[in-house]
Amino acid sequence: MAEDPPLIRLRGVTRVYGHGANEVRALDGIDLDIARGEFVAIMGPSGSGKSTALNVLGCLDRPTSGHYLFDGVEIAGLTQDQRALLRRHYLGFIFQGYNLLPRTSALDNVELPLIYKGLPRDERIARSLQALEMVGLKGRERHDPSELSGGQQQRVAIARALAGDPRVILADEPTGNLDTRRSVEIMDLLCRIRAERELTIVMVTHEDDMAAYADRVIWMVDGRISSDKRTGKAA
Amino acid sequence: MVWETARLAIRAIFRNALRSFLTVLGIVIGVASVITMVTVGQGSSAQVTADVARLGTNILMVRPGRTAMGPPSNISGGAQPRSFTLRDVDRLIDAVPQIATAAPVSSGSTTVVAGGENHRTQITATDARYLEASDWPLALGRNFADAEARAGAAVCILGETVRQQIFGDADPVGQSLRLESLSCEVIGVLTARGASSFGSDQDDVLLMPIRTFQRRIVGNTDVGTIYVRVADGVATEDATTEITYLLRDLRRIGPAEEDDFSVLDMKQLASMLTQITGVLTGLLAAVAAVSLLVGGIGIMNIMLVSVTERTREIGIRLAVGAQSRQVLLQFLVEAVVLSLLGGILGSVVGLALAAVAAHFMAIPFTPDPVVVVMAFAFSALVGVLFGYFPARRAARLDPIEALRRE
Ligand SMILES: Nc1ncnc2c1ncn2[C@@H]1O[C@H](COP(=O)(O)OP(=O)(O)OP(=O)(O)O)[C@@H](O)[C@H]1O
Ligand SMILES: [Mg+2]
Repeated sequence: MAEDPPLIRLRGVTRVYGHGANEVRALDGIDLDIARGEFVAIMGPSGSGKSTALNVLGCLDRPTSGHYLFDGVEIAGLTQDQRALLRRHYLGFIFQGYNLLPRTSALDNVELPLIYKGLPRDERIARSLQALEMVGLKGRERHDPSELSGGQQQRVAIARALAGDPRVILADEPTGNLDTRRSVEIMDLLCRIRAERELTIVMVTHEDDMAAYADRVIWMVDGRISSDKRTGKAA
Repeated sequence: MVWETARLAIRAIFRNALRSFLTVLGIVIGVASVITMVTVGQGSSAQVTADVARLGTNILMVRPGRTAMGPPSNISGGAQPRSFTLRDVDRLIDAVPQIATAAPVSSGSTTVVAGGENHRTQITATDARYLEASDWPLALGRNFADAEARAGAAVCILGETVRQQIFGDADPVGQSLRLESLSCEVIGVLTARGASSFGSDQDDVLLMPIRTFQRRIVGNTDVGTIYVRVADGVATEDATTEITYLLRDLRRIGPAEEDDFSVLDMKQLASMLTQITGVLTGLLAAVAAVSLLVGGIGIMNIMLVSVTERTREIGIRLAVGAQSRQVLLQFLVEAVVLSLLGGILGSVVGLALAAVAAHFMAIPFTPDPVVVVMAFAFSALVGVLFGYFPARRAARLDPIEALRRE
């Protein structure tokens, strides 16, 4: 079988915050390939650079140096607007801190990416309602984030990422605020969607149980990848 | 997409109802105050200009004494300044070709009584030439006949206010009334003139022949003021010079002595009035500008307080795939909608306040489209300045930067 270029390829990626004495090398030379349809878990101690890596992968942030190729395209060569299009059409991001619009209903929050996708209103509403139902928030569509529990907000954020039907889901501790039963439900949901749509998932997690759903677990320490193991689970 | 963006903007306006309300309020206050103040200022200027036009710019008032303005006084020293006489008036008319007409005027006050009604008013004692000299037509009846003026007949012409007070809407011509001990026949009614720039009621007046006044009321032969109407096309300055020469001669004032009379040119008074109202309008405009500024600062505060939240919102929108220009368009629409709303409400409120003020101040209500347009432009500027520019900075950030702003 001819070697396809991986969907995601990082080469020598660094992300440095601050200057001089305050310099923090949050990413310190990352080399990583992720194939289409893979489910990768990123683990590691707090402050090891997991969120930073995910932000770079999600085109929310840019590497200080190194190369990031998405489907063979060098991200550094794209304009701001082109990166926006990449996020719009290929990427779905679940933030560690949810990042929902305040004073905006769950439904409107989930609908947001669909507006920028240019979908007609009826379809947007239908898809948003469906996504909310999938994460178990049926009946809460009209609630503002301030009227939802932390776990419910997290699920709104998950629904928002899923509603856009992205090729890649980038999830930063998506089950961090959920109890075990909910976490399992969400992981089952992700796996089901992945099977249906050839979804690629990159997920940061602290929990081994969650990481066990992935094909591959990457360990990060101090901005570097310290280990990269396939779980026995997948092919 | 434009329509979609407009909807997003409208949603954002309602989502942040308090912020939107305060922004609109700031603009309303700024715009309304400017429109009110400037409109009232322009109304009073228009009023003064109209008064001045009615006053006539070709009128001179010749008075005994040296002060140019105010009541004749003798502060300058010694004896009471000599009054004019009726002969002086005739001589002026005969000898100064620049004079179109002139009338003697003496004033006093009296109580008018008729049919159980009484009213205190001002007497203007003059002769038949007064109506022409002051360009004041009659509404009813007739002018003094020369014979009546010469003989000092007991006849009078009423101002509109006096007529209303004594006779109501009835026709008073031919009726008689009493001025203290004098019984007097009404022969005419003046047209209404309304309030003067100084606020006094010009219609609260009663005209009578000056000889009647001299003989039957004050008991002397003095003429208080000579009211001169300069012929068309003649400079009032020239007429003033001629009158001064003639009066100096008539009154035997030596070459080294100062005039013991003064010639007041209504044109000067007019320009002084215009100047004063100009200053007033300027002051009002300055006050209005301050309130604009206050409104603007209020808006700026609201926008700055919310800038963190807005930056985060922009970060979220960028993160889910919005391009910066889409976000900016939304914020621009939001800013424009709020400023238009504020501008329209402010204009309505401002014009309404100005109309009410004009009504109570008895000045013309003269809305000026230029002022409204300028106030609008200001509101748009404020909206765009404080709504759009902070958004533009945020929209240029990487999404994660915008999201991280605290
Ligand atoms: N904006 C920033 N400015 C400066 N340093 C930063 C910034 N963001 C992250 N860092 C630093 O970069 C390093 C990696 O941070 P990151 O958020 O990627 O960690 P993480 O692995 O996601 O941790 P956690 O498990 O607690 O979420 C940390 O040392 C952090 O202090
Ligand atoms: Mg993190």
